[in-house]
Amino acid sequence: MSTRSLPALIAVVLAVGVLAQEGPELGIEATPEEVAEWDIGIEPDGEGLPPGSGTALEGEPVYTLYCFSCHGVEGEGLLNDVLVGGHGTLDGPAPRKTVGSFWPYATTVFDYIRRTMPYQEPQSLSDDQVYALTAYLLFLNGIIGKDEEMDAETLPEVRMPNRDNFILAWPPQDNE
Amino acid sequence: MPERILEDLEPVAGNGLLHRRLFLKGSAAVLGAGSLGLMTAAPAKELPPWMRGPGRPLSGYGTRSPYEAGVQRQVLAATGTDGAGGSWTPLEALEGMITPNPLHFERHHSGIPEIDPHRHRLLIHGMVDRALFFDMDALSRYPMVSRIQFIECSGNSYLAGLPARPINDTCGALHGLVSCSEWTGVPLSILLDEAGVDPAAGWIMAEGADAAAMNRSVPMAKAMDDALLALYQNGERLRPEQGYPLRLFLPGYEGNMSIKWLRRIKVTAAPSMTREETSKYSDLLPDGRTLLFTYPMDVKSVITSPSPGLELKEPGLYQISGMAWSGAGRIARVEVSADGGATWGEAALCEPVLDKAVTRFRMAWRWNGAETVIMSRAADEAGEMQPTRDAIIAAKGTKFAYHYNGIQAWRVDGKGQVSNVYA
Ligand code: HEC
Repeated sequence: MSTRSLPALIAVVLAVGVLAQEGPELGIEATPEEVAEWDIGIEPDGEGLPPGSGTALEGEPVYTLYCFSCHGVEGEGLLNDVLVGGHGTLDGPAPRKTVGSFWPYATTVFDYIRRTMPYQEPQSLSDDQVYALTAYLLFLNGIIGKDEEMDAETLPEVRMPNRDNFILAWPPQDNE
Repeated sequence: MPERILEDLEPVAGNGLLHRRLFLKGSAAVLGAGSLGLMTAAPAKELPPWMRGPGRPLSGYGTRSPYEAGVQRQVLAATGTDGAGGSWTPLEALEGMITPNPLHFERHHSGIPEIDPHRHRLLIHGMVDRALFFDMDALSRYPMVSRIQFIECSGNSYLAGLPARPINDTCGALHGLVSCSEWTGVPLSILLDEAGVDPAAGWIMAEGADAAAMNRSVPMAKAMDDALLALYQNGERLRPEQGYPLRLFLPGYEGNMSIKWLRRIKVTAAPSMTREETSKYSDLLPDGRTLLFTYPMDVKSVITSPSPGLELKEPGLYQISGMAWSGAGRIARVEVSADGGATWGEAALCEPVLDKAVTRFRMAWRWNGAETVIMSRAADEAGEMQPTRDAIIAAKGTKFAYHYNGIQAWRVDGKGQVSNVYA
């Protein structure tokens, strides 16, 4: 080793010392109960769906009470987002993206309603109510029947009409 | 003195664009002349009021001049709400590369939570060896890094180029969902390593502690590469609007993924397909199919001055100033045209030119008083060049709403009024 490369080597070692960061290990282990309480998410395969169930029939009065004021009669939109219709419009000049015409997964409907709706009081409804509201929106969109029961088994099985029309841009394709 | 300046300026492209280095020389000369004049002017009795007595007291936290109170974000919220919407940074009123914290753009889905940092914790769980909680005190002891980087909502500039007819509004109202700050925080990879990530995991799901419990999936590669758990913005603790006390920061990726008020990270095998990455922040193509997970923000630039609302008062020498940025890295070059794109001159890039940061560009321009169209186009170090509006629409249609980065053209009319045009 020549004397001239020594400082360079030291510089490299120092740089690595700065970059290879290590934490002080201050994380506190969470118990399975704590994790269960914190984990409010539903995965598209249904993981995370809680016990309970509901039908569109049961969902209708819940919708009228908690959702109608912003989303209108039968999800047709009022102050806020339209939740029904738009089927067959996505390839036209005036696409209407709704839960029914656009969303790829029924599990996302449950997840979203439970995490943040009704807008003024998120996470205030029971899981049965959320199943019933999910069923009601799917029924209004012609995706399930009025008596069909939605639960942890049946909801992930629901095939959304637009499901096959999504292209994953990640990971980036080399051949593009 | 003025004659000398005229001699110094060399045309670099059509319709009055001038050599950039000489402009700096010229302006220094003007400055010199001005200060010489002051030495003999203004007898003592004509002192302005603020020189006749001591000013206001020292203060614990600064405020801007009342004369600047009109520089405001433009706010737009969903009907019936005051917290589901956005506020646009007034780009036309700002200079340099850093956005002042109170003017950083906002995009929230259920208002701004007021979080008590002593009660806030981050949970990392899912496909890890051990699920871990981190409180804010603990996080402050971890190694931190600081980076100056932009964040941009992928819906930014939609209004500037995708409506059927051009909307005439300020530069900030059209392009202001981008801001640039120095972000300081803990690399996420350190905490993920501590939890012990299962090699079969491919993604994380990040969730906020706002009323929307906003959540997005992020590829593990990004989480392990340069994802930051940001605690500080421009040196001070994050503002509540920017995620106080803790936000995720994903350099170069669409802003919606940089979850604010971060409470939970779940390590998963596959993306969680949240509402925010399916119903929203996905790109509808002309044929009705939709692209999911279009993360990087493409190279973009815009002239902030002159721009709509900043009229040119008379023909003469002006400085064109603008900003350029790219999610792919550094800005390599910005070109400016003052003749509707017929000829282009290279603008001066203001140092420092940083990775995924806003870069300020400047160019001297002598406006001859005639109507014309000015525009800028940027190229990044990855070799990508900002496309024209026509090229984007030919490739992607007009239904996609996100990730629009077309060249912005401003029309300057004979009176010096500036407006948005499609050119
Ligand atoms: C106070 C008004 C309000 C009420 C009440 C309300 N919502 Fe909403 N809803 C909103 C707003 C605002 C949004 C859009 C939020 C955003 O910007 O992300 C929204 C969005 C939604 C969406 C997503 C639409 C899409 O296409 O992405 C669904 C689904 C939804 N609400 C369902 C419900 C249900 C079910 C209820 C009743 C339990 C309900 N909402 C009650 C205001 C309301």
